[in-house]
Amino acid sequence: MNDYLVSVKNVSKTFVAKSGLGKKKFVHAVNDVSFNIRPGETFSLVGESGCGKSTTGRLINHLLVPETGEVWFDGQKISAMSEKEMRPVRKDVQMIFQDPYGALNSRMKIQDIIGEPLLIHTKMSSRERLKKVQELLEVVGLNAAHGERYPHEFSGGQLQRVGIARAMTVNPKLIIADEPVSALDVSIQAQVLNLMQELQQDYKLTYLFISHDLSVVEMISDSIGVMYLGTIVETAPKKLLYGDPAHPYTKTLLSAVPIPDPTREKKRILLKGDLPSPVNPPSGCLFHTRCPYATEKCSQERPKAVELEKDHFVKCHYPRIANG
Amino acid sequence: MSERLLDVKELRTEFKREKSWVTAVNDVSFFIDKGEVLGLVGESGCGKSVTSLSIMRLLLDTSGRTSHGEVLFEGKDLLKISEKEMRGIRGYNISMIFQNPMSSLNPCMRVEKQIIEAILLHNKISKQEARQRAFNVLKQVGIPDPETTLRSFPHQLSGGMSQRVMIAMAMSCEPELLIADEPTTALDVTIQAQILELMLEIRDKRNTGILLITHDLGVVAEMCTRVIVMYAGRIVEEAPVKELFASPVHPYTQGLIASVPKLGSNVTSLPSIPGSVPDLSVMPKGCKFAPRCKYAQEICHEKEPELTYVDGSDVQRCRCHIFHEKKQEVRA
Amino acid sequence: MAEVKAKALTEEFRADEVLPKPKSRVKEFVKKFVKNKAAVVSLIFILFLVLVAFIGPYIVPYDAAAPDYTSLLQGPTKAHLWGTDEYGRDVFSRLLVGTRLSLGVALSSVLVGTALGVILGLFAGYYGGILESIVMRGCDVLFAFPDILLAIAVVAIIGPGVINVMIAITVFTVPSFARIMRSATITAKQALHVEVARSLGCKNSRILWVHIFPGTIQSMIVNFTMRIGTAILAEASLSFLGYGANVTEPDWGAMLSQSRNYLNTAPHLVLFPGVLIFLTVLAFNLLGDGLRDTLDPKIK
Repeated sequence: MNDYLVSVKNVSKTFVAKSGLGKKKFVHAVNDVSFNIRPGETFSLVGESGCGKSTTGRLINHLLVPETGEVWFDGQKISAMSEKEMRPVRKDVQMIFQDPYGALNSRMKIQDIIGEPLLIHTKMSSRERLKKVQELLEVVGLNAAHGERYPHEFSGGQLQRVGIARAMTVNPKLIIADEPVSALDVSIQAQVLNLMQELQQDYKLTYLFISHDLSVVEMISDSIGVMYLGTIVETAPKKLLYGDPAHPYTKTLLSAVPIPDPTREKKRILLKGDLPSPVNPPSGCLFHTRCPYATEKCSQERPKAVELEKDHFVKCHYPRIANG
Repeated sequence: MSERLLDVKELRTEFKREKSWVTAVNDVSFFIDKGEVLGLVGESGCGKSVTSLSIMRLLLDTSGRTSHGEVLFEGKDLLKISEKEMRGIRGYNISMIFQNPMSSLNPCMRVEKQIIEAILLHNKISKQEARQRAFNVLKQVGIPDPETTLRSFPHQLSGGMSQRVMIAMAMSCEPELLIADEPTTALDVTIQAQILELMLEIRDKRNTGILLITHDLGVVAEMCTRVIVMYAGRIVEEAPVKELFASPVHPYTQGLIASVPKLGSNVTSLPSIPGSVPDLSVMPKGCKFAPRCKYAQEICHEKEPELTYVDGSDVQRCRCHIFHEKKQEVRA
Repeated sequence: MAEVKAKALTEEFRADEVLPKPKSRVKEFVKKFVKNKAAVVSLIFILFLVLVAFIGPYIVPYDAAAPDYTSLLQGPTKAHLWGTDEYGRDVFSRLLVGTRLSLGVALSSVLVGTALGVILGLFAGYYGGILESIVMRGCDVLFAFPDILLAIAVVAIIGPGVINVMIAITVFTVPSFARIMRSATITAKQALHVEVARSLGCKNSRILWVHIFPGTIQSMIVNFTMRIGTAILAEASLSFLGYGANVTEPDWGAMLSQSRNYLNTAPHLVLFPGVLIFLTVLAFNLLGDGLRDTLDPKIK
């Protein structure tokens, strides 16, 4: 148990979506998700939009509470905590968001934004806070003068660094980064990714990295969970996932990523159709409606997670079938 | 020599800011041949979308104006013809698809009506024929059940589906040129793969020229025959796709290609380009990239370089004062 | 190239982080506001009225309460610019003095009403649930009456007098603010930065007052100026109907009310207070419009 900083066990979350004349519909946003994160590593959740990866992130920092299942953080069962009990724990779990501008209160100065966690979680005087904020501005590649400015004066990349600085103020154990670079231009994206890695080394951080971009994920992660329609279909260390993907969906996803190398011949696996609605998820294996290898069994029986080798879990009746 | 479709010459587009005009696009010249996919790459704010809107003359409703240059399409300068004539070309000879398919469709109208309207705008055929044609194009873009799709409202379609509908609409009059402005940026990778495949298929079948505007070098590498790289409203490099990725000459292109994580490359850190894109109103005097360029010398800050052919090549052009030395460096 | 140290790279991008010159929000606001001529004139007029409210009693040419039986119901003359009333009191002086009461009652009751409405709306929007239902249904009930009828009902129950008029105006001011505030809060609550504040561990009170409230002030300011116009009208109406201030105290509405008996013989008695009320309400409404246009980023 203590090997892990975060442990998610069979977590499910549904949202109620009303439709028409008061008929209730349930959106199965997260469905029986389990994974573990070791201290100091970067665990990534990848998947397409609507697969529940962001919801999973919010379940871990208690912005949402799971209906069933448990979330453990640093030896505490946070899924059972009240908002009030959770508040001191929040110091150790910080978050970085996709939209760097929206995540900052546009009416506050940069230095007040970065200093806010200190104001909430420590008893520092305002001078001590300012000193710490200025140190952090330097760390993320800005300077003290930037602290006097307001968010609208900055570019997206700079704002994302402000967001990172804020997450760093209270020396958290875990940083949940929800698509931190997908709104940024490529050249800026590299700056932010490098900064995140640098900080991880210097401050022994653990990351939960949520992204749809498999190339970015490959660069930054140690382990990866691939999500489809609210569930994790495959979890594996980086090398195994990219080198020997066992789930047909992982395989397709990898083949669909455009590679910036025109000389590389590649075989793209094209999926049929669209993502099924999470309101009405398919029976059996969630992927069977689009899976080229689906059989009768797949449409009836939901596969359980199988451990192929150490730390390599897959939810498929026929693992590695796509590898021929 | 294949047939020339579109020839853009020294295009300059400006926007009104407060009381002065700032130049968003300057000295942009390029051409597209029939059946060719030309990639227009750059980061946000580099003027790639403005270029396409200038070609389509869709800047009228903004504060922008095209103050210089020619856009030759089938021998006609699109910048000089009347608005009425232009309307006849838009959607008929040149079609456009946009990044966000959802907001490009009218949410209050059935798909059917929107496609039929687009068809009837340019063709003197009966409504019945137009509907049949709408059905056919939807089928051609790979929509499994065109009848249901025709009857549905845009919000009932998924992102990938609505982009297919947009493409169907754009293709309904069989245009010679398709301008695709970030067509897959809002879509998931698996759906993106489907849409890209579809665009290539259309190109092969109809010999349509495609101007593909994107920031994604991966998409460029898979789709394009030639590529134009834009930075701060200028073309900084132009090359066939293989040359561009194999031996990029402009420091910006080099930086851009290096800073993209590549699947399977097994790196843990990426070279990045320092700084950020300059604001339109405070452009540096010389080379626009000089402040971020690690090779920048005195002349780079003083004088803006011209877009000239790279030594020993008649297909690769570059806008840089000192590219000769650097090219060798890259190859070394 | 891959082995390039990340460290060196962060050093690299630190090199030229040039920010554009800071734009002063106040300056931009003023620049945009002065383009709206009507709003500027209104603002000047209102500021002038406020000044009069403060110094009015000290600059009057005549004692506003002193009767002069030698000149009753006189039209405008050199001595009495805006004429005299049925007791020979100088209308101009009485209007000057009355500014304080009329404006004061309107301003202070709208201020109290705004404060209550904002708090109710903020809590209702943020916490939702039963609190929201109670507040919003309460507002619906109050909304069912026309403003002035509601004010009359309130005064009818608790009796006439300046304080009671203020209470009446407050009562019909609260729901409009509560409603606007609630919807503004619900919108603001969904903003990403509010979710971020929660993830940082902010208490509800901090989220409410630091992260939500400042974003709603804009819409409040506009409604505030508009409501003052309504309040002045309501105060005048109540006084006109005899529910307001003591008749001896100069008040715009009361003056209008007393002079209606002399409408045929001395129309100036109705004209000047009437025009003043009209101009004041108009000024507040125009100012409100101007502020909305200036504050709304969508209108250029």
